[in-house]
Amino acid sequence: MATDSEQSEQVTEHGFSPERRNFVARVSIGLMGLGALIVAVPVIGFIIGPLIRRAPDVWRPVGKVDDFKIGTTVKVAFLDPSPLAWAGVTAQTAAWLRRKSADEFVAFAINCTHLGCPVRWLAKANLFMCPCHGGVYYANGEVAGGPPPLPLFRYPVRISQGQVEIRTSAVPLG
Amino acid sequence: MNLLRRVVDAFEERTGLLKLMGDLARHPVPPDTGWWYVFGSATAVAFIVQIVTGIALSTAYISSSGDAYQALQFITTRALMGNVLRGMHFFGASAMVLLVGIHAIQVFLMGCYKYPREFNWITGVVLLFLTLAMGFTGQLLRWDQTAVWSIVVGAEQAARMPVIGGMLAHFMLAGKTLGAATLSRFFAFHVFFIPALIFAVLGIHLYLVLHDGISEPPVAGKPVDPATYHASYDKLIKERGVPFWPDAAWRDVVFAVAVIAAIVILAVVFGPPKLSKPPNPSLLARDPSPDWYLLWYYALLALIPHKMTTPTILLAPLVAIIVLILVPIVSNKGERHPRNRPWAVGAVIVILMMIGTLWAEAIHEPWSPAFEAKPLPAVLVGASQGPVADGARLFYDKGCEFCHRISGHGGRRGPDLTYVGDRLTKDDLTIRIMNGGYNMPAYSGNLSPGDLEDLVIFLRSRRRAPASVAAVNSELTNGGQAAVRKDFRVAPVRASR
Repeated sequence: MATDSEQSEQVTEHGFSPERRNFVARVSIGLMGLGALIVAVPVIGFIIGPLIRRAPDVWRPVGKVDDFKIGTTVKVAFLDPSPLAWAGVTAQTAAWLRRKSADEFVAFAINCTHLGCPVRWLAKANLFMCPCHGGVYYANGEVAGGPPPLPLFRYPVRISQGQVEIRTSAVPLG
Repeated sequence: MNLLRRVVDAFEERTGLLKLMGDLARHPVPPDTGWWYVFGSATAVAFIVQIVTGIALSTAYISSSGDAYQALQFITTRALMGNVLRGMHFFGASAMVLLVGIHAIQVFLMGCYKYPREFNWITGVVLLFLTLAMGFTGQLLRWDQTAVWSIVVGAEQAARMPVIGGMLAHFMLAGKTLGAATLSRFFAFHVFFIPALIFAVLGIHLYLVLHDGISEPPVAGKPVDPATYHASYDKLIKERGVPFWPDAAWRDVVFAVAVIAAIVILAVVFGPPKLSKPPNPSLLARDPSPDWYLLWYYALLALIPHKMTTPTILLAPLVAIIVLILVPIVSNKGERHPRNRPWAVGAVIVILMMIGTLWAEAIHEPWSPAFEAKPLPAVLVGASQGPVADGARLFYDKGCEFCHRISGHGGRRGPDLTYVGDRLTKDDLTIRIMNGGYNMPAYSGNLSPGDLEDLVIFLRSRRRAPASVAAVNSELTNGGQAAVRKDFRVAPVRASR
């Protein structure tokens, strides 16, 4: 019965030379890497696609100018920049719209700058408050107390043909 | 019977699988491993429960942002045993997190991570964090209002990372905003990516258990010496080793079945977590918080100094991972028995106390404004008209009551003001209200002089002993602040609800 080393020598004698075996092994490994690469490119590209192919921001009407009283802040809901058919209610987003004067509006993001939780407007207190960790903002969006590091983010807002319009933006992140 | 025997024999002749399985099951293990060794296998069993219940749920769940909520309602209320199945998946996840935690503590306290099992500890650390990742992504598949806001909170935390934070956040959301692609992404992570990683790492983990052998129970005064360990272990196995199946495995089976029974009973009795409102990001009345196993971390972010938020978000998980991975690298030999490792025992106690304390705080969420608070009842205010009553109304309208508690009513964010009149003067109160504080807004531009006066009068009336009308009026007059109110009436403060 042949020993392991004898078997190995026999295989070597009948198979490739060491140089050729080394070459074939390297080529095989390279081909496996190439195979993985040509699969990985479309897979990774597809997964990170949302970072590369971004929906352009658009202006969304949120109501007539006369619908908003001067000095008041109200919640307005509008659609994402590019809602897909299967988004359902998740296509909705919102902002806190404040009418400062006859022709000046400010649209605050609903996200607390601490951790992104939805802030609430307390009309009688004239404050925004966050339910998560108690962040507080003044009516102008400046930080009034608690952990938020930054004022409330703002959306671009304009008046067009009697309509107040908000420009959609990425989820604001502190 | 002969036919069956022949089929089995033919199968075995061509595969050798039965012998392989038998050899694995009956591999020798140290004697007297006892009940401390059941938590690893129980974690694996909980994982299997998650796979089985998850596959069943996936036959009705729709990973579409627009339809998942309705699918969950269908599963919960109309599908046969759907409520129980959702409950099993939830309590199975809870069991898996709990058991993997206990398993890690047991391995640490018994020094099982020491030579030659260092690398298996590291695979266990990876499995621990993958389990938590499964828990977080699973909570998000409960696609309701809490889920969508939890994703936003998660994206916000990811965004804190330098340079790549914004990209990472938008990668999580699958776009610039939460929408149609978000749920599909988390579904893929929860159902494919993370389980695939768990299978791979769990495979290595189990292979290493077989390769290195199950660690023998620690003996006080018998330290691990890498130079002699293998000889000592081999001698133990050779002389006193017992087959894993069934000598040691019976305890694993008993405990695993108990875990399964507990999961089913809890699911039947308590059911799954209730769905909150639909996942509409324009509905804002929500306080998103994670499931119980991450609640302590949520509390930590609320209680640390504000400026520490970003460093904590970025560094705490990283430090935890590095410390856990370093454990066997720093200490891979020496004593294993907890009796001779007081620092190890102390570290576990401190960590458990810290997490337990944070959990206890998280249950009450004292940092959250109590939006559900109602105006203080007149009997508690002690007046139905006049400045005290007006002050009490302002106390509610201006949001003070959401953060301050009076006689059991209101929030806990700020100090309890039940007896604030005993400790703060009119001037103290005025300064604090006008200037605000660390967590409190300044009301200087938000209160008229009359409102401020009423609010101060109300707060000054919050005392243990009844405040005399004359005393408070006198205080106000002497301070030159306001005219004396004839209708001022103050009743004793009721300390209870």
